[in-house]
Order: sequence, then structure tokens, then C-alpha cells
Amino acid sequence: MNAIEVEELRKEFKVHKSRSGLVGAFRDLWTRRYMTVRAVDGISFTVKQGEMVGYIGENGAGKSTTIKMLTGILTPTSGRIIVNGMNPHKEREKFVRTIGVVFGQRSQLWWDIAVQESFRLLKKVYRVPDEQYARHMSEVIEMLEIGPLLDKPVRKLSLGQRMRCELAAALIHNPPLLFLDEPTIGLDVLVKLNIRQFLKQLNERYGTTILLTTHDMSDIEALCERVIMLDEGKIIYDGSLEQLKEKWGQGKRVAFTFAEGKDASILQELTAGLDVVWKKGEQSNVWVAHVPSGGVPEVVSRVAARYALQDIRIHEVSTEEIVRNIYEEGAVHG
Amino acid sequence: MDKYVEMIRIRFLMMLAYRTNYYTGILIYAINIAAYYFLWAAIYGDKPSMQGISLGQMTTYVAISWLSRAFYFNNIDREIAMEIRDGKVATELIRPYSYLGMKAVQGLGEGLFRLFFLSLPGLLVVSLFLPLQFPENAHTWLSFSLSLLLSFVIYSELNLLAGVVTFFTFRNEGLLRAKRFIIDLFSGLILPVSFYPDWAQRLMDYFPFQAISYIPSMIITESFQGADVRDGLIVQVAWCALLLLPIGLLWRMAKKRLVVQGG
Repeated sequence: MNAIEVEELRKEFKVHKSRSGLVGAFRDLWTRRYMTVRAVDGISFTVKQGEMVGYIGENGAGKSTTIKMLTGILTPTSGRIIVNGMNPHKEREKFVRTIGVVFGQRSQLWWDIAVQESFRLLKKVYRVPDEQYARHMSEVIEMLEIGPLLDKPVRKLSLGQRMRCELAAALIHNPPLLFLDEPTIGLDVLVKLNIRQFLKQLNERYGTTILLTTHDMSDIEALCERVIMLDEGKIIYDGSLEQLKEKWGQGKRVAFTFAEGKDASILQELTAGLDVVWKKGEQSNVWVAHVPSGGVPEVVSRVAARYALQDIRIHEVSTEEIVRNIYEEGAVHG
Repeated sequence: MDKYVEMIRIRFLMMLAYRTNYYTGILIYAINIAAYYFLWAAIYGDKPSMQGISLGQMTTYVAISWLSRAFYFNNIDREIAMEIRDGKVATELIRPYSYLGMKAVQGLGEGLFRLFFLSLPGLLVVSLFLPLQFPENAHTWLSFSLSLLLSFVIYSELNLLAGVVTFFTFRNEGLLRAKRFIIDLFSGLILPVSFYPDWAQRLMDYFPFQAISYIPSMIITESFQGADVRDGLIVQVAWCALLLLPIGLLWRMAKKRLVVQGG
């Protein structure tokens, strides 16, 4: 069975356009102009149970809107959604028992009271039996290392501490499907690593399906085999991360630090026939060659034979760059 | 059911989280009651009664009105408005409970807390200084308790209604403030409804406001007797049922229109 099935999903918002200036503001009192914004524009995809999928896109691409429709918060304008075999907004109360959600930008815990009180309430809300709660949550609390934080009010926690508690709170009923909307936003590296580790273990042990949106490509690389890429409400790529890298990230970047400044044309001439693109580095004597795969040894030997070098560094093209390239071109071809 | 009891407990914890708020709360209730007592004492002068109500009854009326208000009053309209404005409503809609139902229960938790821990102590303090007359009839107290519970339901329904309107307007602090003042004025909290001119009294029969404060206060001061008590309670029940209709309707429309603000 598929955890998520989405077909031709659309969401339109009617936004009121303000006129400019004081006169405009007065005119807005009487008549308002509206325009329709299409936040999600006919997307279709399925997610199998146990998959970890990265859902990526620029700000305003429609990621959060999709998540909110998948979790039953927003009603779609048109299209079909089946999540865990149910229609999220039609059977909301029954449906939400089968999902966990973490919004990185807003807290679900009660601000003024101790973390464990929030847990206790959620345990009652989801009707989790005592022994299941004890067994499952003690594991979660141990893995996330939040034991010492439980009796503190949420307002006294740091962001990293709070986010780990949020994650635990979303898992109280051990849902088979977890939505994470930018769970690592603003966190330091250690907390990020801890959270990634935890999500991996969760997926392995319980087969939890995870749909993750993030701006941090390293999250995706660490966790997801599959990515869905969104731009202006449309899916522009849906497939494995591996393939994305192969198709778009072919070749390597070689940064040469020369003993003295060089000219682009000389270098271009030197590597003629190798399909190399030279770009200027951050300093006058640094030049970066974009080399197709397999061409690195030849380029390095030609350059090193001719000029005095201080340093050579070879980089893989990062996923982040790939994504940026794709956005610049607007769509994934072939 | 469990989750609702738990939510009331959480609400108690939240009210207790800030101690200063708690103590000033008691003080405010005592001051309000005392201020209205002195106001009425000045108005009565040496008249034994006005509109068939003696000063002693009036003092009790004022004290009871404020005591009742502590119970039925809540801020769930403003809470809903705030949750919609900053988008927190999203985290409420992913919970397996009815959003409006849970808000009403939170209001109840707040009301119970205020009744037992703010206004009863406040009343005790006041009764040391002012001559309050309470009925000894158990039946009156029973009718009053029922009436007060219905007041809470009606007030909360009005608040839910005002809160849900935020789904359409996004900002309506002005509306909420006006609503609060209208209720305080027309419910009989500031002035008993029998003091209003006839045409105003007749007009108010078409609104649910007097069912909030006037009816329970008239019951406890024993100004309503026999059939009046029964009729008063029937009016309250009728408003409880009637107000459910627009709430249900607006809520269904609101869910479709919901826009979660702020990402």
C-alpha cells in the first residue's frame, strides 16, 4: 500500500491587492481588488510505505502548502489526495491519529508549562495505553537525549533542545507517517546530526515513512534516497538523488592556485579539446576548471607541466549546486 | 473524555504559571465589586428601594454578577483570532479533536479556575466589609448553578462565533472589543436589565445577552420566583441550542477558506 497518493492536486488562494499610497488605501476601504495565486499547480506523486522522501524547493515554491493539504489542514481547490488510505480533510480527526507532524517554525508544545505536561496531554489526546507509552517513549527520549529537559517549561529551552522535544511530541502515538517541515532550520551541526541519526533509526526500526522539506541539502543527502523538486507549484523533478547527481552533477571542479596571475584565454587554449570551462576564483591567481568526468588527470597534467602551481584542490559538484543549476534553467530536461 | 479533563488540568497549570497574575486577579475582583457597591450606595442615597430592588439586594446582585462573570467570561475569541493571525491554528488542526470543542473546554478550565481560586476568595474578602445577603434556599442555589452553567455555554458560543469570523477577516480586534463591551452592558452586569427603558427591554428580548448575566443574578437574588425561574432557564437553553446553528455553518465555510499565515 502507498502511504501517500496525490493526483492533479491544486491549491489556489485569493489574495487582496493593496493599492499604493494614501488615496489607494482609502479606495481599498470601498472596493478591493483580488487576484488568484496558484500555490500548488497540478502535482501528482506517490510515496511508498517506509520511504524517506525529500521535498525541496525555493521559498514560496508550494512546499508548505502541499504539506498542509497532506495533513488535512488546508482543503485543496481540486485534485485527489489519499494518505494512509484516507482523505485527510474529510476524515480529519480519524486521519490525524495516523500521522505525526513537526513544523520547524512553530511550536506545538505549550509554552508556559513543563515539557512532560505537554507529553501527558498528547498521550491522553491520542489515547496511547500506558505500557505502550512507557516502552516507546523511553526509547525516543533516550535517543534524542531529552531526559533532563522534561521538567523544564518550554520557554526556557534553547532552540535545539526545543526542536528535539517537538520531535518526541510528534511521535507519542508512534505514527506510521511523519511529516517534517523544515525540522533543522536554525539548528547547530551537532543537533542536526543527532536529529538525522534519530530519524534514520526511526525509519529502520518502525518502518516510519518520512516526508521532509528542508533548505539544507545536507539533510536530504544524509536521509533521503528520493527527492521531489518543486518550482512555482509544479514538480520539476521526481526521482532518486543518485540519478539527479549523475545527470546534473557530472564532472568535477578543479581549483588551481598558480604562482602568479593568469589569463582565461591562455588556460582555455591549454585545455582545448577537453571540454573544460574556466572560471575565475576568489583571488587573482586562482582559477577553477569545470571538467567532465574522467578528464581530471589529463587537465591536471597539462596545467602542471606548463605552469608553477601552489595548490590543487578537486571538488565534487555538491547537491546544492546541482539544485541551483536546475532552478536557473527552470526545468529538468531529458 | 479523558483528553478534555487533561486539557482543563493544563489550563489550571497555565493559570498558575504566573503567580503575580493570580494575586492581582483576586484584587481586581474585590475592587470591582467594592467600586460598584459605593456607586450604588450613592445612587440609592436614602431611598429604601428602586425598581423593587433594595440596596442590600443590589449589593448582592453586583457581587454575584461579578462572581458569575469570573466563571462565564473567557478569552477564547481572542485566542482563536491570535492563533489564526500567527498561523498556530495549523498545529491545532493536526490533533484528533474538534478545534472549537477543545477551545470551549479550555474556556471551561479557565472559568472553573477563576471561580474557585479568584472570585470566591475575592468574594470572601468583600463580604468582610459589605452587607451581602445570600439565600438559604437550596433550590435557589441549584437553579442558579444550572443557570450559571448555561451562561457559560452562551457566552462561549458567542465567543466561538466571533473567533470564527477571524477566519474571514484576519484582523478583528475592534469587533472583539465591541462585542465584549456590548455583552457587559446588555447582559445586566453593569446595570440590571429591569432598569432599562421599556423599549430597550423589549428589544433585548431578541438578543441572547441578558441570558448571560441577568437571568442567573435574578435567580440568586430571588427576584425571580417560581415560573419566572423556569422561564428564564428555558430562554437560556433555547439560546444555547439556537447559537449552535450559525457556529456550525460558519465553521464549515471557514475550514474551506482557511489560509495559514506565516509559512
